[in-house]
Amino acid sequence: MNFTATLRIALLALRINKLRSALTMLGIIIGVAAVIIMIAVGNGAQARVEDQIRSLGSNIIMVLSGSTTSGGARGGTGSLPTITEDDAYALNREIDEIHAAAPTLRGSGQAVAGNANWSTTFYGTTAEYLEVREWAVIEGRGFEVAEVSGAGKVVLIGQTVAKNLFGDTSPIDQVIRVRKVPLTIVGVLDRKGQNMMGQDQDDIILMPISTARKRVLGSTQQAKSRNVGSIMVKIKDGADMAAADARMRELLRQRHRLQSGQDDDFFVRNLSEILQAQEASSKVMSLLLAAVASVSLLVGGIGIMNIMLVSVTERTREIGLRMAVGARGRDILTQFLVEAVTLSLIGGAIGIMLGIGGATAIAEFAGWRTELSGDSIVLAAGFAGAIGIFFGFYPARKAAHLLPIEALRYE
Amino acid sequence: MSEPLIRVVDLAKDYVMGSNVVPALRGVTLDIAAGEFVAVMGPSGSGKSTFMNLLGCLDHPSAGRYSLDGQEVSALSGDELAAVRNRKLGFVFQHFNLLARTTALDNVALPLLYGKLPPAERDQRATRRLTQIGLADRMDHHPAQLSGGQQQRVAIARALVNDPQLVLADEPTGALDSRTSEEIMALLQELNHDGITIVLVTHEHDIADFAGRIISFRDGKVIEDRANAAKVAAAAP
Repeated sequence: MNFTATLRIALLALRINKLRSALTMLGIIIGVAAVIIMIAVGNGAQARVEDQIRSLGSNIIMVLSGSTTSGGARGGTGSLPTITEDDAYALNREIDEIHAAAPTLRGSGQAVAGNANWSTTFYGTTAEYLEVREWAVIEGRGFEVAEVSGAGKVVLIGQTVAKNLFGDTSPIDQVIRVRKVPLTIVGVLDRKGQNMMGQDQDDIILMPISTARKRVLGSTQQAKSRNVGSIMVKIKDGADMAAADARMRELLRQRHRLQSGQDDDFFVRNLSEILQAQEASSKVMSLLLAAVASVSLLVGGIGIMNIMLVSVTERTREIGLRMAVGARGRDILTQFLVEAVTLSLIGGAIGIMLGIGGATAIAEFAGWRTELSGDSIVLAAGFAGAIGIFFGFYPARKAAHLLPIEALRYE
Repeated sequence: MSEPLIRVVDLAKDYVMGSNVVPALRGVTLDIAAGEFVAVMGPSGSGKSTFMNLLGCLDHPSAGRYSLDGQEVSALSGDELAAVRNRKLGFVFQHFNLLARTTALDNVALPLLYGKLPPAERDQRATRRLTQIGLADRMDHHPAQLSGGQQQRVAIARALVNDPQLVLADEPTGALDSRTSEEIMALLQELNHDGITIVLVTHEHDIADFAGRIISFRDGKVIEDRANAAKVAAAAP
């Protein structure tokens, strides 16, 4: 007996019991749809974290100024300005694991261009900053060395600033006044989106650190010394983050002349690690979701086995007749197996469509990010087929092992 | 004729029920030649059905030998028996045993499905048999749309579709009224005239009378094996 004939027999048997076939499939449909939706939701959450990691830049370590205690009141991080621009250059120079280190001075204020104005955050930094953040200049150019050392009157602006101040016109070579200091826009930064705290990273102006210190921050305390708010460090790909972290601490302690008993007067934060922990937890979460969904797929499979067993009992005489006219045990086995697999595959196909629709609907109405993956669809389809074979096998074998004479006599 | 179509020697069948062994057939020895029309008679429990099941290769004998068309079948495996049933035997049952919601044509073609014939040839042969038994215009009907007599004709067409050497009919008229019964028996007789060997189980004498030879069973043994004089006489001229 060839396969097309078997398939035809199976389809016929399924068509004869339309309602029952549909109800049997329901379990698989729901199971497959649930697996696809849950994996899509889990992947979506994971992709969000991955995007954040990507927008932060990978292998990032932040060095922050320490805290000061005066009169029993302990100031927060950065209250004791200890780290300097020169610390950043020293890190860059002396530690092999470091790809780039950028000192940053942060400030905020009103930016004015023509008759538009916008309150934003600006950073005084060096050309390394873009390297550390893996941030591209999509229009114009970055800072030149002379501009960084010589307080050049140039800035780079983020997408949000560009949109708010210039709309659709090109901001390149336009003059922008930051805290009333006129600076020329030489480049526009690529879009970064939100960071892990939900802040808009594109609402930013970058200027050379010397410009910030001498021209824009003016009379504030930070401007007077070589101090900086933080140093952003990017470790080389493949380098040992923990080792780099330790060497950075050692170098900074040396530079700050701290005795072995003294506490650090700076903080070292491994940001990538925080995000990686978040990523790991979202991975566990999506795995959990998929596991729960698989249970419903399993229950669907048991439903198929249930119905196939009923079907075998109900069609015992048919099986007897088929055997009488020459069907071998394995022909009967194949027939019932094909029926079960057909049920689960059709159910799987409907489930896939429902899953794709469901994931899209969730993204649309609940506003969650969902990410359909081809893998999950192939996995769900394969799983549905496997469930058909696994749960169809027992009833099919039961049918195949019937004795023709007893099957024929069955009432 | 050197070799009969059927030769059974000391054929026996015991059924094990719990700790009891119930002998259903206690050593039957007989030959049936090709072209014969044999009626097997006997009260229920006489062993006639067991004998038929063994002839039909649906069951394994407990002892004895059975050779069909020169082939010893008593020791064949399940799959080999299935192949024998498919190629050499045709079955007609009391309750027709047609597949519900399946057309007459597909019902008739069923044995060919297991005989590895291409679909076109299956349909062609099934159509020929249905035409032969006079149901050419009912080919697309489902069993539920056919009368009892028509259903049994479809079943007979199915028994014939693989050109069997032997047709086994187990009370083929048991579920039919007497007029239809006669029609069915006339059809079987006609097929026998065309050279098909038929073994028929019945407990009705007037049905058995259509056969040329009557074998009577009781308590698992053959108690009488005679030519049907009336039939032989009628067929002679």
